[in-house]
Amino acid sequence: MLIKLTGGTVYDPAGGIDGQVKTLYVQDGRFIKQPPADMPVDKEYDLKGKVVMSGAIDMHTHIGGGKGNIARMLIPEDHRKDPVYRSDITRSGCGHAMPSSFTTGYRYAEMGYTAGFEPAILPINARQAHMEMADIPILDKGGYVMLGSDDYLLRMLTAKKDQKAINDYVAWTMNAAKAIGVKVVNPGGINAFKFNQRQLDLDERNSHYQVTPREILQVLATAVKEIGVKHPLHVHGCNLGVPGNVETTLDTIQGIGGLPMHLTHIQFHSYGTEGDFKFSSGGAAIAESINKNKNITADVGQILFGQTITASGDNMRQHANHGFANPNKWVCMDIECDAGCGVVPFKYRDQNFVNALQWAIGLEIFLLVDDPWRVFLTTDHPNGAPFTTYPHLIRLLMDKSFRNDMLATIHPEAQKMTTLASIDREYSLQEIAILTRAGAAKLVGLDDRGSLSEGAWADITVYTEDADREKMFEKPDYVFKDGELVVVDGKVMHSKWGTTHIVTPEWDNSVEKDLQKYFDRFMTMKVGNFKISNDEITEDGRGSLTVHSLNSVS
Amino acid sequence: MAEITEVPSPFCGIGTDDLSIQVDGLSLKVSENGCAVNTPAFEQAITDTSARVGGKEVSLEVAVTKAAELLRVSNQPVIGGCATDVNGMRAVMAVADKAGAVVDNINFTGARRNFLALQDTGWMNTTLAEIKNRCDYLLVVGVDLEGFAPRFFEKYLWNKESMFLEDTSQRQIVYLGKAPSGDASTSPAGAKAKVLQCADADLPEVMEVLRALVKGRKIVAESVCGIAISDLQMIAEQLKAAEYSVVTWAAGALNFDQAELTVQMLSEMVKDINTMDTRSSGFPLGGKEGDQTANQVCGWTSAYPARAKFSAGCPEYDPFLFDSAVMIENGEADALCWVQSFNSASVPPKTELPSIVVARSGMVFDKEPDVFIPVGTPGIDHTGHAYRLDNVVAIRLKKLRDSGLPSTADVLNAIEQAL
Repeated sequence: MLIKLTGGTVYDPAGGIDGQVKTLYVQDGRFIKQPPADMPVDKEYDLKGKVVMSGAIDMHTHIGGGKGNIARMLIPEDHRKDPVYRSDITRSGCGHAMPSSFTTGYRYAEMGYTAGFEPAILPINARQAHMEMADIPILDKGGYVMLGSDDYLLRMLTAKKDQKAINDYVAWTMNAAKAIGVKVVNPGGINAFKFNQRQLDLDERNSHYQVTPREILQVLATAVKEIGVKHPLHVHGCNLGVPGNVETTLDTIQGIGGLPMHLTHIQFHSYGTEGDFKFSSGGAAIAESINKNKNITADVGQILFGQTITASGDNMRQHANHGFANPNKWVCMDIECDAGCGVVPFKYRDQNFVNALQWAIGLEIFLLVDDPWRVFLTTDHPNGAPFTTYPHLIRLLMDKSFRNDMLATIHPEAQKMTTLASIDREYSLQEIAILTRAGAAKLVGLDDRGSLSEGAWADITVYTEDADREKMFEKPDYVFKDGELVVVDGKVMHSKWGTTHIVTPEWDNSVEKDLQKYFDRFMTMKVGNFKISNDEITEDGRGSLTVHSLNSVS
Repeated sequence: MAEITEVPSPFCGIGTDDLSIQVDGLSLKVSENGCAVNTPAFEQAITDTSARVGGKEVSLEVAVTKAAELLRVSNQPVIGGCATDVNGMRAVMAVADKAGAVVDNINFTGARRNFLALQDTGWMNTTLAEIKNRCDYLLVVGVDLEGFAPRFFEKYLWNKESMFLEDTSQRQIVYLGKAPSGDASTSPAGAKAKVLQCADADLPEVMEVLRALVKGRKIVAESVCGIAISDLQMIAEQLKAAEYSVVTWAAGALNFDQAELTVQMLSEMVKDINTMDTRSSGFPLGGKEGDQTANQVCGWTSAYPARAKFSAGCPEYDPFLFDSAVMIENGEADALCWVQSFNSASVPPKTELPSIVVARSGMVFDKEPDVFIPVGTPGIDHTGHAYRLDNVVAIRLKKLRDSGLPSTADVLNAIEQAL
């Protein structure tokens, strides 16, 4: 099957192409160079005047795993506002804040996304995460396995096990849980909450283990680097949402000593304590620090106004914030000596000072970080807003006058507390392609994705140029997944199944002996039954695994 | 003959995965770590191997075609039971979506008590390993825990070692409402559980008083429903003094009107304790007949728990209106599909409606259904996944023998294709 995409204006940062008119060829799912003249073209698409990018990649979106399903169960009233009807080719479902799995896949694809990564896979809940994601059509998926509050690691740290042993444990867990990255959430804090600690600052000790978040970050960031995993340690820092946490975040950046580190939903960690309401923007300071420290990447976790639901592994902070639940219902769980979760519905309001300033802080960070390869477009779906708000967010970044019009409508005191109005930057199409495609693929560590170059898989989105960027990005003309046309004019026309992206770093077999003892003594399942086998992903005939390369390990 | 070890069970709900099972052809024998629930469930022999239409043995293909035909001409089919593994439930959802059916899990009327509380105010809950390693005080409300899961105490409370308790035999166990049926709750050191008995229907009042006492409210009465206030006061103090108390209940056992309010009362009490400078968690018991599995899979594919209707072309949820038993009784359904992969004693409700039964081999009917398709049991005849009661852990079920029986997913997917 040879497909010709003729004459589109191509934005392919990975291939160094910035808005040039180009014809692309796709054969059997991948891009090829110009084919021999005698090879017949099976299908040609005339893309003259259209904008062509690779399929977008959401590198941090809560689309699979237990807390998301708790979120779904918690808010039937939200689903009722957005029923999704079945068609001959698509399944029914519900949308809005926490959509059903099928709807998640269709709606992402209809916005031109072709991959999403679940950032918080508890090892013990990894099966569920993969099973849910297996029911997300069209998208490729994958996830980051959560460590740092698991008793096994904390016991290792208390016992002063060496870095090599920790590397083996991290690599073993990534294999067992089928992950492509490692995440830490409120390092050690979820564990400390089980010992009735209600906060844990960067240098505060877990009352049982006497370990600090700083130590946990250090050993995990080192492990991720030393086992060759390309995606840097994915960090949801201490003190989420706490006024003054900008200092913790700056300290976290400094303290990691140059190791690769990704700070996620950094907006929620960029708050000062100035002003009449003792809540202010740390956006500029955070952006400056990111600009200076080239080892740091961040996604923003932008909030947008309206009803959503927050679902996080950080039950310590979620419990602290349960008073803001809207509607007033919430769930916290302690989970299997592994981690925890907290689910709190939220309604961000533009006339609420704090919410309004949160909105502005996120945008400040987007606009003040210089290097688009080190900042990523997320709302931390569904925590800051549902992923379906991305086209609106893109318009805020690309259109200064629109942004300032919006700014003029938020809480007046929040307007005074942000420098947003003075920031002239408007993102270019190429920069958006970096944030949502090339940069994301590079950060996650995907080989052959996020690019329109020869050899890459043909995930393609085609837009009609429109000065209203929200309109442009919410309804692509075409979306191709692995070279198959799946969306036309913003509607799914054909459904298929994506792959699961993983890495398989090596570990020393001896680690499993200790783990077996630990499982037999303290856990509630056998270690052999804990590990996810390949056939669990592939046996239904729809799923597949794609193993990505590692950095060479010295 | 072969012995398979570390076999996980989908039957007991607590995710036991240390069984050893001897396999001799099609016959299974639990050789280690069996219990009153798991052993008979594993050892049950295969009787039916072939599908029937109108009581006559037919090929699987003929049965599937007939089933699809019955669903196709139905205006409002209901899929009851929904007691199966993850892939079986995925297939249930696909059939329901296409046929416009109601999906209703067999235990939902019990589980509804939890969902109503969850969807009104939420809760703070925990999981088995946290209980095993942390729980120093267990309050059991309205359920005979060892009757529910015979090995619960042995595995999760009287475990010899725990990470955070010096001596697990010092854990305190208190029963409120039902008394235990045996001695499983007696600690290895010989300490008997404290039992404050009352009738199930009195639990709302007793729980209300207990929560009031936890919150430091003054109670003037000296007793409530036969329980001395001083005893409840003691429990309130102990809950607050414990480092990690756990309050457990089984929604299915709270068999009285508006029991959701009792679930809510105890869940809110747990939340209260967490504001009193200590930790506490709830722990709902369930996980049998694939109930958590049904709710999880229905949850992610439709966004609602497993009592949902698809006849409008989109999922709708109503925990009362879409009760399949009530719909059948009221004449609101015109076809029944009963899915029961685990328990051949769990027969469909009596009805004159056209009926399709996809169930574990060995089911005996008073009235032969129009279509009966015997299927393999997940975790015996084929691999699969099932959720344990704490909803977090999906266990990987093993295939133990080669019976040739199709899986529930195979059958339902074929029906969906034929629709």
